[in-house]
Amino acid sequence: MGSVTILASEGGNSPLLPPTDEIIIGLIAFFLIFFVLAKKAFPSIAKTLDARADAIEGGLERAAKAQEEATRTLVSYQAQLEQARTEAAEIRTSAQAQGAAIVEEARAKASEAAAAEAARAVAQISAERASVAASLQKEIGDLAITLAGKIVGESLADDAKARASVDRFLDELEAQAKQAQR
Amino acid sequence: MFGSVVVPADGCHLLSGCGFPAPSADIFTWPVLASFHLFGIEFNITKPVVLLMLGAVMIMAFFLLAAAKPKLVPGRFQSLGELGYTFVRDQISREVIGKDGDKYVPLLVSLFFFVWVLNLFSIIPIAQFPVTSKFAFPVGLALMVWVTYMVLGMKKQGPIKFFTNMMFPPGLPKPIYLILAPIELLSNVFVRPFTLAVRLFANMFAGHLLLTIFSIGAWYLVSPSVVGALGATASLTMTIVLTGFEMFIQFLQAFIFTLLTAVYIGGSLHAEH
Repeated sequence: MGSVTILASEGGNSPLLPPTDEIIIGLIAFFLIFFVLAKKAFPSIAKTLDARADAIEGGLERAAKAQEEATRTLVSYQAQLEQARTEAAEIRTSAQAQGAAIVEEARAKASEAAAAEAARAVAQISAERASVAASLQKEIGDLAITLAGKIVGESLADDAKARASVDRFLDELEAQAKQAQR
Repeated sequence: MFGSVVVPADGCHLLSGCGFPAPSADIFTWPVLASFHLFGIEFNITKPVVLLMLGAVMIMAFFLLAAAKPKLVPGRFQSLGELGYTFVRDQISREVIGKDGDKYVPLLVSLFFFVWVLNLFSIIPIAQFPVTSKFAFPVGLALMVWVTYMVLGMKKQGPIKFFTNMMFPPGLPKPIYLILAPIELLSNVFVRPFTLAVRLFANMFAGHLLLTIFSIGAWYLVSPSVVGALGATASLTMTIVLTGFEMFIQFLQAFIFTLLTAVYIGGSLHAEH
């Protein structure tokens, strides 16, 4: 700061009087900056800024589109899922009905078969009993005659009277047997 | 008491016998380093002129480098350049003129950074001189702004319409125009460039003077005494505080200069009021 006082003030050097040369030099410097930058720097900067804004806006647009697409897909998936659920429920209901029908049919068949079997068995048993009863009747008749012959001491075989009494006896036996059966 | 008769080699101090070497307007006058004649005008190369050229080169280098390899995802330097550009575009041009002011953004960006860098030299070591405190530079810029908005206004609104729009804003009682019309003409055509130049010049001039006074004061007060020690400390503190304040003023003045230019250009583009 020692130089402050040393600086000589030249006559007419008021700070409010702008020298022409400084005005010209200042303007030259400014226009140099303006023309060089307006030609070489600012267009490039402006273009880059615009390109970036475009890229960001484009990105946002793409994101919005993707979001919309995703929403649409979700809705369609939900619809499909709902449809599948309904179908599954329908299939389940019909399967249950079918199963019940099959079971019912099987049961009916089985009981039918059982009834037939039972009827057959009853018929067989009664047939066997009839045949057994017939053979027994004959045998008992023969036995009785033999026995009576032995007791009376003569053969009753040719005697028609004897035959009739035996038959009567046997009828009585049969009646008794029938009574017992009841 | 402690008065020394020996004047130190490093200048005047509190107790060295000589008074406070208060700075005068002379601190804005610089020795001529070189000089040449062109078209009958004498061009003097002084320190402010050297700083001016240096500032112009720095601004051009900064923006040219920032715009050299533009990428969509910018590097640090490109981001910085874009920040400077978008600051002026969004905070000044689009705020004041609107979207149709984008054409004038290169002018406004150049103007803002030119003025700001020239102001900034005030607190940059070694430079330590606000180039804009030389009245000629604000005058030149204000002239440029004046020609720009006058020509633009006459081109966009018509050479006569421009003045009538300016002097007769619609929607006022007729007698008012008797007073308003000359005031508007005076204000828009003659006062605007003058205040634009003076505002910038006076702010930087006063700021430099303040910083000089306090730094000279700090140096002057350095002496083996209580008053000297306290005074020197206070003065140095003030220099530092004012340097911070000047930093703000330098930005503000560059901003105002550019903002007003945008306002004037906007007024010329569409007749307002």
